[in-house]
Amino acid sequence: MTSPLLNKLNALDRRWIFLAMALAVLSPILLQIGSDETPSPPTIKLFDEIERLPEGSRILMAMDFDPTSAAELYPMALSFTRHCCLRHHKLYFVTIWPTGKPMIESTIKAVIGADFGSGDRAYQYGVDYVNLGYLAGDAVAISQISSDIRKARPQDARGTSLDELPMMSGVISVKEMDLIVNASAGFPGGKEWVQYAATPKKIPIAVGCTGVQSTQLFPYYPDQLLGLVTGIRGAIEYETMLAAKYPDPYANRSKRPAFLRGGAQRWAHRLMIGLIVLGNGIHLANRYRRTPHP
Amino acid sequence: MNRETRFWTVMFLGGCLFLAFQSLGTARGVGQQFVVRVDATTGKIIPPATGASDASSAVKTVIYEPASKDDPEAIWSFSRTAGIWIAALLTLCIFSYLYRDNVCYKLAESIIVGVSAGYWIVTNFWEVLVAKVLVKLAPNVARYSFLPDTPVDVKADYLYIVPVVLGCMVFCRLIPKIAWMGRWPLAFVVGTTAGLKLTSFLDADFVRQVRSTILPLVVFSANASDVSTLDWKQSIQNIVIVISVLSCVTYFYFSVEHKGLVGRISRVGIWVLMISFGASFALTVMGRITLLTMRLQFLFDDWLGLVRI
Repeated sequence: MTSPLLNKLNALDRRWIFLAMALAVLSPILLQIGSDETPSPPTIKLFDEIERLPEGSRILMAMDFDPTSAAELYPMALSFTRHCCLRHHKLYFVTIWPTGKPMIESTIKAVIGADFGSGDRAYQYGVDYVNLGYLAGDAVAISQISSDIRKARPQDARGTSLDELPMMSGVISVKEMDLIVNASAGFPGGKEWVQYAATPKKIPIAVGCTGVQSTQLFPYYPDQLLGLVTGIRGAIEYETMLAAKYPDPYANRSKRPAFLRGGAQRWAHRLMIGLIVLGNGIHLANRYRRTPHP
Repeated sequence: MNRETRFWTVMFLGGCLFLAFQSLGTARGVGQQFVVRVDATTGKIIPPATGASDASSAVKTVIYEPASKDDPEAIWSFSRTAGIWIAALLTLCIFSYLYRDNVCYKLAESIIVGVSAGYWIVTNFWEVLVAKVLVKLAPNVARYSFLPDTPVDVKADYLYIVPVVLGCMVFCRLIPKIAWMGRWPLAFVVGTTAGLKLTSFLDADFVRQVRSTILPLVVFSANASDVSTLDWKQSIQNIVIVISVLSCVTYFYFSVEHKGLVGRISRVGIWVLMISFGASFALTVMGRITLLTMRLQFLFDDWLGLVRI
């Protein structure tokens, strides 16, 4: 038994699939089709915790990612920082990735510089936020700042002594933090913050991680992780909650990078499901063709 | 040139011409970047310089902030425009691998490897060798050479000689006669890492994980009128967790032959593992599609300016 369509599908050049995927992703980008997601409990818990903490609480923002994982984690970093600034918490930025330094600077510029740098309650460097920069030593660095920040880093990223910064008075180690918020792309990251800081020192921690990493981190939730924001979907969930709670200006599309990536994600997933069904259909048809029929 | 190659070449060139034509018609142009000059001390925008006698030339620290082409204060930025073009062309070089392996892809790949290695070396030079070794051992030298911001009250800590010596001993491996000395720092690293990992792992990944798995299989929760009712959702969740953990542990228990009841339980363990691998793979795909989305956003928005927000 022969079928011209089946023969054509069997010999289909894979570059047609690449082209179809490119169109599925590109069309929502050009047409600016976004996507909202219903928030999941691990994301809601982090959002509620930042809301619950009293104004001026100390939050360690550990930005352990690089440009290759920025597609998923940068929108998250923006949302976390925006939310903390809206609640007027004190932010301590740090990274244990050398490539995390520009990510911190970019986040500070996009959030604090653009939205919270002026006005009556403007965020001031050294008073409301500080960039502690890169800490070399991977997990050992986490262990070190868990016992003494100044031993690991006597100066901030600008070269100012930590003792000269008002917001560092009374801060000896990570134990003084009310919450650790980590944007994690791999090793060292969320797992190490749980192992070396949060669990032994009993500090609440929430992690925003890449999709790849989430299956490694889910076992820690909810006992050792207060919240877990997973991949671009988690970033969209967080933006959805932020837009619902603070519609002005965070319901605006230009302030929602994850939302704009969600539309492309949705269409690409639909195409993939279609291709998986088609591929299995072709496989079954080939098997049926090979089976001798009376 | 065969028919297939001709077809794809025509498609590619046609697409490029169409995009270039479309892009030239937009306000943002093809990757053109504009900036405004901002006085770093006052935060005020400095108007574009009109000549050598311009007052703005007296400003010492100037920051360049991105601006719209329509901004009257905006000036065209060569470096930023070149940066966008280089990034766009390198992205296209990487994408060209989808067609087939080629020299453009190899070039972009080599640039990534070289730039990454260079970035790591420079960062670690400043953050480890200078900030952690030189400042600790000779703060005055650090202040007068690399780091003028080093506080004057920093005292030398000669204990840091130990890691410096151990670090230097690693290079002994390059000299065959004293190569054995290179094992000492490695032994130190292995020993300390094992010790550090053991304590943290035992607490965070063993004791706490075992505790998280000891769950009630039937959960009752109080409703608004304080009457205890069966929380079937939580109960099912707990039952699934307990069954999954026990079946996976059984699958990795090799002291008993996997036959009969043990075989059936370990079979459930395989299913649980397969489901978790499937979830990992699906999440990986999600991450990769997000990366593709980001690059296409860059190409069609930042470079070609075809996305109208």
